[in-house]
Amino acid sequence: MNQKAIPVRNRAMTPQRLLVLALLLLALAAPFGIYPIFLMKGLCFALFAAAFNLLLGYVGLLSFGHAMFFGFASYVTAHAAKEWGFSPELAILAGVATAAALGLVTGWLAIRRSGIYFAMVTLAFSQMMFFVAIQAPFTHGEDGIQGVPRGHLLGFIDLNDSLAMYYFVLAVFVASLLFIHRIVTSPFGQVLKAIRDNEPRAISLGYEVERYKLLAFVLSAALAGLAGSMKSVVFQLASLADVHWHASGEVVLMTLLGGVGTVFGPTVGAFLVVAIQNYLSETGSWVTIIQGVIFILCVLMFRRGMAGMLGPMMKKRGIDV
Amino acid sequence: MTLLFGIPIQALFGQLLLGLINGAFYAMLSLGLALIFGLLNIINFTHGAQYMMGAFVAWLVLGHAGLGYWAALLLAPLLVGALGILIERTMLSRLYKLDHLYGLLLTFGLALVIEGGFRQLYGISGAPYAVPEELQGGWNLGFMYLPIYRGWVVLASLFLCLGTWLLIEKTKLGSYLRAATENPQLVQAFGVNVPVLVTLTYGFGVALAAIAGVLAAPIYSVNPLMGSNIIIVVFAVVVIGGMGSILGAIVTGFMLGLLEGLTKVFYPEAASTVIFVVMAIVLMIKPQGLFGKGS
Repeated sequence: MNQKAIPVRNRAMTPQRLLVLALLLLALAAPFGIYPIFLMKGLCFALFAAAFNLLLGYVGLLSFGHAMFFGFASYVTAHAAKEWGFSPELAILAGVATAAALGLVTGWLAIRRSGIYFAMVTLAFSQMMFFVAIQAPFTHGEDGIQGVPRGHLLGFIDLNDSLAMYYFVLAVFVASLLFIHRIVTSPFGQVLKAIRDNEPRAISLGYEVERYKLLAFVLSAALAGLAGSMKSVVFQLASLADVHWHASGEVVLMTLLGGVGTVFGPTVGAFLVVAIQNYLSETGSWVTIIQGVIFILCVLMFRRGMAGMLGPMMKKRGIDV
Repeated sequence: MTLLFGIPIQALFGQLLLGLINGAFYAMLSLGLALIFGLLNIINFTHGAQYMMGAFVAWLVLGHAGLGYWAALLLAPLLVGALGILIERTMLSRLYKLDHLYGLLLTFGLALVIEGGFRQLYGISGAPYAVPEELQGGWNLGFMYLPIYRGWVVLASLFLCLGTWLLIEKTKLGSYLRAATENPQLVQAFGVNVPVLVTLTYGFGVALAAIAGVLAAPIYSVNPLMGSNIIIVVFAVVVIGGMGSILGAIVTGFMLGLLEGLTKVFYPEAASTVIFVVMAIVLMIKPQGLFGKGS
């Protein structure tokens, strides 16, 4: 009798799991050695990049307008916390819900086109939201929403303490990454990859490709919104810079530099780009120039990013990036 | 004062003229984008930066060499076009076999480098560029005052657009270009040097952007950010028109400029977003664009 072997869940410590464990321990200890604000900024952008990568890496859709979700969620969270007195968790939820709704509308329109057109359409919508942010009174134009209160998480954890704030951001980040990992390994994620690799074939197999794409778009928008909301709580500020097309470009750069379609790549890319911003923040336009140069080098030489370069080396040691 | 729809007629025509001018720039830039996309399958994100460089060439040759507007109108497309050819030969040509998105990413990176470089050198406040002597002043048309320079920009851009259209539709070279857009392998097999054609097309599209930059210099001030401000709107114009037709790009550009001008009169709050709203509507009704072919 030909009985199929039931896969047994392997509980042994593979090198892969050791690496994840080591990274987690490192992240827990990091605020004692490194400036927590820098770490939190890195984590927020790493989440932003992971959300973007969900769309580019697993559905093959390049959105050039993800700043609208990031930036608008950050505005709504800041406004809710400051003007309506929402608690941080509710303010963040409001931001995520806004980003998801915005993702539903723009995604519904944008998925009618693919490839280059999809990129241009998302960029155009994001520019439209940038103009809306300039004109809408609640965003306070050039000043942005300043002095956003961090408040008390669930009523008893004081987020004004930078360690508490850091561990909250870390917890949200890890939970979101697990969520994304769950999405891409689920049957739903398998269909997304099938659409990425061969859309006509996926259609012929009877999948309603549009609905899959739209759901992936909304999930990616909501997660990008979560990153933006967290950032406005951390920095107590929501500003035009977060809705500007530069922010959309930066998240593309982080993902490309780290490695498109890899699990850890976008996080690595995000920390590298944030580090470059921090070290060169005094030099004016050099940040932009260097980002542009990295873009060019990545496209011409390292199309698979850092993870793509280090991946084969680590694979030999049993680690799958 | 004469009123039309409750609006002073002077103001109405003034805004329409501004819209027409904006439309002229949308048309020239989307025409170049469509040309480049047709043959290279690349969306040239650097287009805005190349338009900005055109304006800067005009400003720099005036300041350093004393060369005026008319010399700049000739020099800018040559210099910026040559730089474009260099970019195509050294970088873009490596990407033709890859996913088209890489071309977008590479040209985006180039745009960042160029814009950042000019910002570093010249700041962001911008520099004024005087209207050339021959084109100063204006005509009173009775119902409105027409500055001569603005009339000249509309005429010059119409001339450029129609010239390009004739070049592509009516000449031998244009027929090669159209054939290579359809099927490059076959055209190559007939002995046409397609790679050279591709390089020249990119150079030509970029040169068009540079001319637009020189024309724009006296109207908007010369500013490193002028390119990225306009290029995203031009992308929306391209999505609305669809990149299948040259004439479509021209007509859509002018129409949307006029629409923007009208919006400024009747509902100024929406003037900066109206083109994106039109894009959303077009995506709902005819996703491939007004003049687009297939999907």
